[in-house]
This record gives sequence, structure tokens and C-alpha cells, in this order.
Amino acid sequence: MNSSLFLSQLLNGLQLGVLLFLLSSGLTLIFGIMNFINLAHGSLYMVGAFVGAAAYNASGSFWFSLAAGVASAALAGLLIEHLVARPLYRHDHLYQVLATFGLMMFFNELAIVIWGNRPYFVTIPESIRGAVTIFGAPYPVYRLLVIAVGIAVAFGAWFLIQKTRFGMLTRAGTTNAAMVSVLGANVDLLKKALFMLGAGLAGLAGTLAGPILSVQSGMGDPVLILALVVIVVGGIGSIRGALLAAIVIAVIDTLGRAYLPHLLTLVLAPSAANTAGSALASMLIYLLMAFVLAFRPHGIMYSARR
Amino acid sequence: MKKSMIAALLAGLALGAPAARADVTVGFSGVLSGPQAVLGQDQRDGFLLGLEHLDGKLGGQKADIVIEDDQLKPDVGAQIVQKFLERDKVDAVVGLGFSNVLMAELRRIKDSGVPAIATNAGPGPVAGKLCTANLFGLAWQNDTMSEAMGQYVQDMGHKNAYLMTSSYQAGKDKLNGFKRFFKGDIVKEVYTPLGQLDFSAEISALQAAKPEALFVFYTGGTGVNFVRQLGQAGLMGKLPVYSESMIDANTLVSLKTQADGNIYGATWSHVLDNPQSKRFVEAFEKKYGHTPSEYAANGYDAAYLLDTAVRKMKGDVSDRKAFVAAVKAAGAEFPSVRGKFAFNTNNMPIQNVYAFKAVKEGDDIAVKQLATVFTDHQDAYVSECGMK
Repeated sequence: MNSSLFLSQLLNGLQLGVLLFLLSSGLTLIFGIMNFINLAHGSLYMVGAFVGAAAYNASGSFWFSLAAGVASAALAGLLIEHLVARPLYRHDHLYQVLATFGLMMFFNELAIVIWGNRPYFVTIPESIRGAVTIFGAPYPVYRLLVIAVGIAVAFGAWFLIQKTRFGMLTRAGTTNAAMVSVLGANVDLLKKALFMLGAGLAGLAGTLAGPILSVQSGMGDPVLILALVVIVVGGIGSIRGALLAAIVIAVIDTLGRAYLPHLLTLVLAPSAANTAGSALASMLIYLLMAFVLAFRPHGIMYSARR
Repeated sequence: MKKSMIAALLAGLALGAPAARADVTVGFSGVLSGPQAVLGQDQRDGFLLGLEHLDGKLGGQKADIVIEDDQLKPDVGAQIVQKFLERDKVDAVVGLGFSNVLMAELRRIKDSGVPAIATNAGPGPVAGKLCTANLFGLAWQNDTMSEAMGQYVQDMGHKNAYLMTSSYQAGKDKLNGFKRFFKGDIVKEVYTPLGQLDFSAEISALQAAKPEALFVFYTGGTGVNFVRQLGQAGLMGKLPVYSESMIDANTLVSLKTQADGNIYGATWSHVLDNPQSKRFVEAFEKKYGHTPSEYAANGYDAAYLLDTAVRKMKGDVSDRKAFVAAVKAAGAEFPSVRGKFAFNTNNMPIQNVYAFKAVKEGDDIAVKQLATVFTDHQDAYVSECGMK
């Protein structure tokens, strides 16, 4: 096992982790504060990816494409909140799941209608293409950029939640939304703002993931599952939990994929180890989730927060 | 959820008026929705274009087409074939979807005796032990292109190769096809879960292994992801990348110059030089606005194959056994976009397999023909089939 490979695998894990964090932080806020399950969160990620890619192809500016991706997803989030989520806040989770599952299908079909069902063309500026040598191994510049943006957003979210009035209301809202409302805060507006914030973060994740992953209809569905695992492990409603869980899950997943088949060759025949290793690696995060749920049913950050 | 086209309405009218039963009715079934819909739509579009070039007739008889979407679900595919046979009373079936769907349809196809023409799938069992008199693989046996890449990587003098694919039956078959012809060392075989999107961990390991060549089988969006990530890791252009079913007219639209340097095995590409192919490519681009893939070419071939077979029957296809024999013989006679074509004893193709390369031309991407890897290639399973 060579150490430079191990370090670049850690970077890979970190990069996947920040993407997962961007995606799940919005989901966990919406779920935690409004008690609303938004299965269409993956669709917001897809909207960000498509609009971001289209904006880049049209303008050639990377920063503009990021802004367009975030803004479009936030706008879609606002529409979803107003048209679908608002009437369903008081209802059972089952209704919310049904409605947002329908939205998911609606957005997937909409993407096909607008952009067709071939994977959409995405590229990145010349300046951030290619690789730099880091820890003695070449590593893609773009992925380093994703890590940097992710860390910046994580810090921004911490500041927003811990140091601002908006954050204070949000934290209060997680504990008791009715009481916050009684005390004179405009909870409706707070909910709208939060929904847009969450959607915008999902859009940012989508725009950033676009050049790495293939931008196509339905791209949000598999990542939604990962995001749900992250918020369950991290503790619903906790941004810090989402950050910690996203990084842990991504690192475990990446290292598992990289080393499990190799480690299993110590006890199994090479071909069996290869098959069993990759199968086991894809199960690891779910095993982790089961483990966490067994010992901390409310997620790792639950007691720390309350 | 079934998507029927105008043609299906025509077929419905034909059913309402039994007197019109002298027409030839063909059922097309393929995946027309979901993430893989592009492949099914291409086959359908190619087939309909072929029919259009034949003035809507097969062997001089008016052709009615019924179109159904198998949704890439084996059970749905089996139901569609049953519907084709019982309700639409089809004379032939075209398309038949992915290998898993075809396997589920196999029994009904066999029992019916109706000629069935697969324009995408060619699973090993159907080429070997389960070969069926009335089932024709017009596209390829599944291992074909990987075998060609194994041979080509061998021809290029690479001493070792690193293999990667998704972990499912087709992935394993493709790697076996590659290994059947590549005699050098296999550095590592990597199987990733089907549907995996991020390959960072695998690519880092690949970089560390420093192989002489890479062979991959990732289809559709997965392939697009993989190529893009290889490029971002700075491997494209440094490491020779060989593939199959990863680079085609559809994925090139989303990859463009990012695919530069990729070498892939295929039985057809839009640059293949023969009159039938040129006519097809030109008309397809004009009608649908994009370059046809090999799936569209297979669909187009299916129309001409049926046309030749119906002509041999002088327009009367009521004798199914004779019709099946006519289709088999027509395989060597119809004008194929692939140039030379024939059905083997197991009803799988005998055809040339080529190595193509995606090459950057300015801001665009072009396809260059590198070599004819196999001439009149047969699959590895033909000896297991009892048919003569």
C-alpha cells in the first residue's frame, strides 16, 4: 500500500464528501425544521447541473454558470415550496412523499423535454482542466476546486446558523416552530428562505458535479439516496451532523472501493475477492448507517445539539 | 404506459378490417423510455427510416408497424411479444431490446415460429446452447467488439492491460471476450457496481498501477462520466484507452473533444465507406438532426433484411417456416450498411469488426477508421449450437 495513493484516495473521499454535504445540508434543514420530506431535492440538484452547464456553454464563464445553477435551483425551490410543500406541511409524511415523488418524475421528464435524453455536454474552463501533482501523485485541479468551494460553503453555513439572527431563528425553529411563531417571528418567511437556501445549495452541488458526472435526466435520483443516508447518520436538522456524516460516509465509501478488494485477497482467491470486495464496498455505507442507528437512533449529532 | 405510434393506429385499422391481411405486419419492441431510451429510439428511427426508403413496403407489400416500449423490463418485454403474436398477429418482430429482455422473450418467440430480429442483443446462450431457428441476431454477438479490442490491443504490441467494467453479466462477458484474444498480462480486472457515477477511487488506483493499456466497457452516461474523469485526471492522451459501447454517435455528442484519442471496437460507424451506409447516414442526419449510432444502423438493416426476405417469398409470408428460411438466406443478400453480412449456422452475424478512433478536429470530434481487426468474424459459441 503506497502512501501517496492513500492520500489521493483521502482527497477523493473529501471531494465526494463536500458534494454530499452541499446536497444534504439543504435536505436536513428542510426536514429538520419544517418536518417536510422533500424527495424532489435530487431534482433541484439536477436543475442546478443542467442550468449551470447550459449557462457555461452559453457564456463561457465558470462563475456565471455557478451563479445560474444556484439561482435556478433556488427559484425552483421557491416554486416547490409555494405550490407543493406549503399545503402539505400539516399533513402526514406519506402525502409529502407521494407529492415530491411525483415532482421527481415531473422534473425528470421536463429535463428530457428541454434537453433531450442524451447526456448533456459539459466542460470546464481550460485553466482548471488537467491535473497537478499533490502528495507525489497527479490530482485533478477541478476536484481540488470542488473541495475548496465545499469548505467555504461549510464555513459560510456555520456562520449563518451560529452567528446571525436568521440562524438563531432557524435553530429555534428546529426545536419548536410554533413557539417561534408565537414570539412574533415570521415563520412563513423563514420557511421560504430556508427552502430556497437548501435548494440553492443542492443547485450548487449539481453545478459543481456536472463536469465530473454525466448531466442527464434522472441524475438526481441515486444521489438523493446517499443524501438521505447522510442526514439519517448525521442527525436530522443538524448542519454539523450533515457535514461530519457526509465526510465520514464519503471517505469510508472511497477507501472501501479502493482497498477492500485488495484486502480480501489476503483471505480469498483473487477473483472471489474482487467480486466480494466490490459488493461489500458498495454496502459499507449502509452497514455504517445500520450501526449508527443501532447505537444512536437519532444520528451522531443529536445529543450534542440539544 | 405503452407508447404506440401512428403506425400502431394503422395496424389497429388493419385488424378492424381483416380483408387487408395480405399486408405484412411487423412488431417493433425496444426500450423507449428511461435513461437507456436513446438506444431503443435509435433502433426504431433507423428501422422507420429504412421503411421510408422502401416506400413503406416490405418486398412490395404494404407494411404495418406496431411499436411498443419494453421499459427495459424483462416481464414487460415478454408481455409485448405475447401481445404482438395474439392481438396484432405480427408476421415478424424487430428490436427485442437488451439481452436480459431478450432472454425473457425467448420462449414465446421460439413457440411462435415467427422470425424475430434482434437489433441490439446477442447474448452468449442464444448464440450457443439455446440457439433458436427463428431468432436472428442482426446486431452482433455480445462479445464481438470486445474480442476485436483484445485482438487490436495485442496487435498494437501492448504487454499488459488493465480492465474495467460494471459488475454484471454483460460486463463479465465483455472482459472474457477481450481475454479470449489478448495474450498479454492482465494487470487487474476491476468491477464497479452498476450505476456507479464517481470513479475517483478507481482512477487513482489505475494511475498508481501504470498499465500499458486500458480496456473499458461502460455504457451511456456511465461511460460519459468515466471518460470525463479520466480526462480530468490527466490520463487521456497519456494512457491508451480502448473501449467498446462507450464511444458512439450519442455519447460523442456529450463528450465532444473530451473523447479525443479513444479507440473503440465496432461493427459499423457513420464513416464506413459504402453506398448503402452513405445514403443511410445522409438521410438520417437530415431527418433526425444528429449522427446515427450503430443501433440506428441495425434498425435500418432490419428493414432491408425483411424487405429482401419478403421479396423471396413473393409477398406471401403465411408459411412461417419458409419465411424463417428466407430471412436466413436474405442475411447474405440484403444491402447492409455494414457492407458484407451473413447469418452463421447459429443465426448470429458473420461480419467484419473494425477499430475506430475518436479524433479532435478543431472544436469538433471526428471518427477515424483505424483498422479492420476481424474479417468475416464468427462468435465463440457457434460450435455449441446444434443448428445446421
